[in-house]
Amino acid sequence: MTLPPDDPRTGATPRPDETSPDRDTVGNVPATTGAEPEVVEIRRGMFGEQDTGDTSGYNGLVRAVAMPSPSERPFGGDFDTVADALTGALARTGRTFGTAVEKTVVDRGEITFYVRRDAIVDTARVFRDDPDLRFELLSGVSGVHFPDEAGRELHAVYHLLSITHNRRVRLEVTAPDADPHIPSVVAVYPTADWHERETWDFFGIVFDGHPALTRIQMPDDWPGHPQRKDYPLGGIDVEYKGAVIPPPDTRRSYN
Amino acid sequence: MADETLNPSTTDPSTTDPSTTDLSTTDEPDLYGLPEDAYDEGRVFTAGGGDWDEIAEEASELGEERIVVNMGPQHPSTHGVLRLILELDGETVTEARCGIGYLHTGIEKQMEYRTWTQGVTLCTRMDYLMPLYQEVAYCLGVERLLGIQDQVPERVNVIRVLLMELNRVSSHVVALATGGLEIGALTVMTIGFRMRERVLKIFELITGLRMNHGFVRPGGLAQDLPPGALDMITDTMPDIYQDISDIEDLANENPLVRSRLVDVGYLDLTGCMSLGITGPPLRSTGLPHDLRRSQPYCGYEDYEFDVVTWDTCDAYGRLRIRVEEMRQSMRIVEQCVRKLRDMPAGPVMVADKKIAWPAQLTIGGDGMGNSLEHIREIMGQSMEALIHHFKLVTEGFRVPAGQVYQAVESPRGELAVHLVSDGGTKPYRAHFRDPSFVNLQAMAAMCEGGQVADVIVAVASLDPVLGGVDR
Repeated sequence: MTLPPDDPRTGATPRPDETSPDRDTVGNVPATTGAEPEVVEIRRGMFGEQDTGDTSGYNGLVRAVAMPSPSERPFGGDFDTVADALTGALARTGRTFGTAVEKTVVDRGEITFYVRRDAIVDTARVFRDDPDLRFELLSGVSGVHFPDEAGRELHAVYHLLSITHNRRVRLEVTAPDADPHIPSVVAVYPTADWHERETWDFFGIVFDGHPALTRIQMPDDWPGHPQRKDYPLGGIDVEYKGAVIPPPDTRRSYN
Repeated sequence: MADETLNPSTTDPSTTDPSTTDLSTTDEPDLYGLPEDAYDEGRVFTAGGGDWDEIAEEASELGEERIVVNMGPQHPSTHGVLRLILELDGETVTEARCGIGYLHTGIEKQMEYRTWTQGVTLCTRMDYLMPLYQEVAYCLGVERLLGIQDQVPERVNVIRVLLMELNRVSSHVVALATGGLEIGALTVMTIGFRMRERVLKIFELITGLRMNHGFVRPGGLAQDLPPGALDMITDTMPDIYQDISDIEDLANENPLVRSRLVDVGYLDLTGCMSLGITGPPLRSTGLPHDLRRSQPYCGYEDYEFDVVTWDTCDAYGRLRIRVEEMRQSMRIVEQCVRKLRDMPAGPVMVADKKIAWPAQLTIGGDGMGNSLEHIREIMGQSMEALIHHFKLVTEGFRVPAGQVYQAVESPRGELAVHLVSDGGTKPYRAHFRDPSFVNLQAMAAMCEGGQVADVIVAVASLDPVLGGVDR
């Protein structure tokens, strides 16, 4: 997703009274500097609700949800060693770094390789087996759902730990909602069995090649995948002394 | 006459309404049934309650030894609501699987609707035997997302280590106590729970609660140690050491314990690596992997302790590791107490007023509450302070977008939190890598081919806590 362009006519922030519905808050997007951040969503308003007749002006707020931008070499620390080893090891399997890894993000002292969907099993195997990488342990697989990141709504996040070299890396694979398939890494890391079942259960990511991809936490006949953002939290109104408090997911909240 | 028409036995079958006939006699296929040739698993006996002698007799008449037993989810020796599905051939377990999810409460989902500070209250309730580890892991993650990990006062780190190590003792001792109870070592259980009570009393004094403390906050702690806390720890310490010795004397060389535990629940290093097993089961293979040593957090590099290993890969090794780790934890607790005694009093929260809650809590006449001094200021003197207090407590602080993975060495292994922030006041996604969840995957590898009775021992040696497994 890209940022909406600045208002070409004025280049300035339009006042609320001059905004029309079709170009309502285009100019309000915060400016970005340096590398293009990964905008995954544009939030409007202050409290998550629109059309409430709010006259405070808070509905005019626009905030881009931008994840840390891709990093360039040098990554710093151990990360260059890891990236070099990965490049070499991938070459020996007949892949190049560029065809396997779509981007690399170094943020808060952690490195994330965004691995292309078709390359995840090969890459995981390289991470496990290469003597310079030797990530023996898959700590876990977690899912994240970005419903507004078109074509990359579902993320599967793999955390690897190398006890030999005392390092951690993160692999991230994305899949669109329309085609929620990611190859399973159970053949490489058997521990991924339950993690992938959990991610299927909560996010609906289908891990192709998993030996028995069934629900693990929710009952077998449960409809939907609860951790997705389009799945409501649920809950009932709480009434106390005549006042009614709505359930948490419909309460006014800051977004 | 009326009675006669109502009595079905006297009704002429030819006049019966076709819609009331039994469905099984119609030609309509059952839309929801399996095809008849779907699979053939032989004759199925479903045993729910009743007299087991009759069921066993009936099965033995058929010469069928293969039985599928659902152990749990309500079985006292499965550590909570764990369901083990065991396929038995006589006394031998030929196939073993876990059924989990009976305690799933959607804590991770709920955290997405609460502020970052409120998340502590939720995540402390996951694994109810190690609440403080979850709090610390989560708060370390939030602090790294905020980039304030270097501003956390030294005093906070020492108190966190102190609480975590006490928690390790209380968690390990429950593992030993329940594990002992399950193999008939009742006195290990009574000693163990007596000892846990000593630790929980310390927690109650410090945090106000025996478990589910909500004491660690992003940026620091809810409050400082109360007066007398260090003295209480020092006074209790000999009793705890004595209890550890008692358990050692009872269990370590006890031939009954050894005969139940030695070579049971075998899982070697290769198995641990491929199944992602950490904690005492991994260290029982001889690998000294301990995150406190390899990737220190909260200043663990400043403490002297030994990483306990064993080389038998079995349940007995895990027992010995847990007992010795309690001693090592008490060693760390002693060092913490010394550090805290030498340390001048200071804040237990970061100085940043946009993150730290404006007032330290004090215990008033009505229980816990804000300090009167602070209330006097915000209600009587400073409107801005009131607004700030209100905004921080209701809206919370914003955390820059990004993700972190923070792991700590919990009593059961690597406990980690994967936090994703969207720049808002609530976690966009919080995922806990619970060690019980991962370690439980080893159950099948440990139990298949063994005896039914050894399943209990193998599961107990993994020490799963279902609150953490299911979250």
